[in-house]
Amino acid sequence: MKAHRRNKLFAIIGGLALLSAAVGLILYALSSNINHFYPPTEVSQGKAPLNKTIRVGGLVAYNSVKRAADGLDVEFTVTDNQNSLRVQYHGILPDLFKEGQGVIAEGQLVSKTEFVASKVLAKHDEKYMPPEVEQSLEKYGHPGKSKSSEY
Amino acid sequence: MIPELGNFLLIMAFINAIFLGVLSFIGAHYQHQGLMQFSKRASISIFALILASFVCLTISFINNDFSVAYVANHSNTQLPIHYRISAVWGAHEGSLLLWVLILTGWMAAVALFSKSLPKPLITRVLGVMGFIAIGFIAFTLFTSNPFDRVLPFIPIDGSDLNPLLQDFGLIVHPPMLYMGYVGFSVVFAFAIAGLLQGDLDHHWARWSRPWTTVAWIFMSLGIALGSWWAYYELGWGGWWFWDPVENASFMPWLAGTALIHSLAATEKRGVFKSWTVLLAILTFSLSLLGTFLVRSGVLTSVHSFANDPVRGRFILVFLGIVVGASLLIYAIQSSKIRSKANFGLFSRETALLFNNALLAVVTFMVLLGTLHPLIQEAFTGDKSSVGPPYFNLMFSIFMIPILILMPIGQQINWKQESMKPMLTKYWLWAISSILIALAVVIIMGGIEPMALVGTTLGLWVLAGCAKYVLAQASKSTSFTIGVKKISRSYWGMLVAHLGVAVTVLGVVLTSYYSIEENIKISQGETVQVEDLDVEFYDFKNTEGPNYISSAGSFRIYSEGELITDLHPEKRKYNASKMVMTEADIDAGLFRDIYVVMGEPLDDGAWAISVYYKPFVRWIWLGSIFMALGGLLAVSDKRYRQRRREKKLTKSETTSVVESSGE
Repeated sequence: MKAHRRNKLFAIIGGLALLSAAVGLILYALSSNINHFYPPTEVSQGKAPLNKTIRVGGLVAYNSVKRAADGLDVEFTVTDNQNSLRVQYHGILPDLFKEGQGVIAEGQLVSKTEFVASKVLAKHDEKYMPPEVEQSLEKYGHPGKSKSSEY
Repeated sequence: MIPELGNFLLIMAFINAIFLGVLSFIGAHYQHQGLMQFSKRASISIFALILASFVCLTISFINNDFSVAYVANHSNTQLPIHYRISAVWGAHEGSLLLWVLILTGWMAAVALFSKSLPKPLITRVLGVMGFIAIGFIAFTLFTSNPFDRVLPFIPIDGSDLNPLLQDFGLIVHPPMLYMGYVGFSVVFAFAIAGLLQGDLDHHWARWSRPWTTVAWIFMSLGIALGSWWAYYELGWGGWWFWDPVENASFMPWLAGTALIHSLAATEKRGVFKSWTVLLAILTFSLSLLGTFLVRSGVLTSVHSFANDPVRGRFILVFLGIVVGASLLIYAIQSSKIRSKANFGLFSRETALLFNNALLAVVTFMVLLGTLHPLIQEAFTGDKSSVGPPYFNLMFSIFMIPILILMPIGQQINWKQESMKPMLTKYWLWAISSILIALAVVIIMGGIEPMALVGTTLGLWVLAGCAKYVLAQASKSTSFTIGVKKISRSYWGMLVAHLGVAVTVLGVVLTSYYSIEENIKISQGETVQVEDLDVEFYDFKNTEGPNYISSAGSFRIYSEGELITDLHPEKRKYNASKMVMTEADIDAGLFRDIYVVMGEPLDDGAWAISVYYKPFVRWIWLGSIFMALGGLLAVSDKRYRQRRREKKLTKSETTSVVESSGE
């Protein structure tokens, strides 16, 4: 009976050790995979780190989308109506990507004014504005186009 | 008139649910026959009322009644009839009504198919479900009523259903998924009713098992359908994005998977009782959390419904009440739960314990990654997101031990097994899995360490299933007799585990050996993409029922031979002016070829994406196997037999159980 109890104790301690190792691993992996969001104003204030995966977002500025001659390199400007940031992207833009619409780009800042996006997220519902973008517009720019103005 | 009728029926259902919730507990407490009978009838009548209300909303959609705000916002006269019907659950309000419909449907099913259960228990179960129904009907009525009118200015035409949702996927994916989500409320209600009653014997696990498995089947299919839909509809060639809303459905699935396994141990051996009860509570809590994440719009996601803080708050409060109350009941009553059997260190119980611990850790991992942005924002105000690399890495790490243990766990005996003879039987199988995996990986195009590991594990699980059948067969005089002796529920387990293997192989091979290229191409031109030649030979503008389409025609050649002819489209929907990409896919068991029209470029050329996705179908094929396995398990004859036995000695058994139950 005693041996049995000791076994049980070892099993419990072993289990807890494994479990805490797992949780530790999760927390470590999590901390190195957090992509912070920065509106263009904070990027221009130098708050965003260089060469680290982050997200930027705002409205796509009017007449800012430029395509390279070979067609697949795109550049556009993201603005929060106060500051703006030039974004480069290689690939096909999502359907709802439009000038004047909200957008989030994931990628890295290569310099203070240049952002290379690996992913561009435009929303699938025209009436929907990403909460990050909406808040940053309220904070830095004029209140963004309200959702109902689309009707 | 019809919308008002629908609204009225919804209110009636709400009042009924309040009566059900309150009177059930009184009836069960005093063993009042009349009240216990009432709770059964009320459950069925609530379902009938909600169904009628749902039909009213559907009629409003079919008749294009744009005086109803919900219809005006999500339908259009040009919308084909089948999409007008599926548009009922195309957005927040209607999908919530569908949710309530399914919840009350489960409730009615419990009332109808539980004749063999002791009456006070079933009454309490219905009472708990009644309370959940109160919450969700109130949510629908007070924050998101689909029957609200837009008077007096009735729009002439509706603003159309989101084009993304005008698809077969919308017709089937939400109902399936909701069947799963809400289905877990049954085992939750069983757990709470058992706790309230203060006795959770092994009957509890036996009754809960089939209900849980059925919910899990729907959930597996619902998630797979969502993944398949995203794959062909979004045009990114991806099938899982670790999007918060995907995670919201994945977490209850993971917890539900753990629950199925621990219920097996509880039923067969009477172990892990209190953990199983807790898991039942947690699984449904994760379903509710998922609802909160989807409905409140607090997280950036492709699925977000237009958000309204009131709704988020309502669900959050409801979530708090349900989780808080059930954990409180658990804390007070769980000391009465006694687990019986002891088991050795190397036994099936231990294997199931590992399964549960690992699945719980995976669930926690997904939960943390999903909620982290919210927690971070609450404390620091920073906006952030957690990238797929975190989920991919962590999920792979924890899946490795799960998959290694799977074949051993299904073979090992209850109680105690000697380790060495058992493990020596597996050497050959393990080595052959590695060798075959090596061959597969080399054929697929090169050795990637993680791909090799994943393929090996997939094959290892496959081998485990084969080994199990062989081992059973060798116990009998002939192979066929031995195979016939394997019971349905074991076949269920084997087929479900086979499904896991198939999905794992699909995920691994498609993740590591897909080809994805964006190219520029003009009409008449042929561009080479790896081993494929893509020819753009035609371009047409055509008109659909409610959209204008620009379709390109592409011929795909491999080594000069024509493989397929694809016609991807770009559609512009008339009412919403939204542009939608319709990919065209040549699907095959071993590979998909997938072409998407990107954007028209200045000189008349097009940017297109070409994807070559090996084994991608296996991902969904595997979940079909998993669901099939679940189906086999619930159709096991011991469930039916028991019911028949119960019927024969019904008067006797019920009186015994009732007297022992209190």
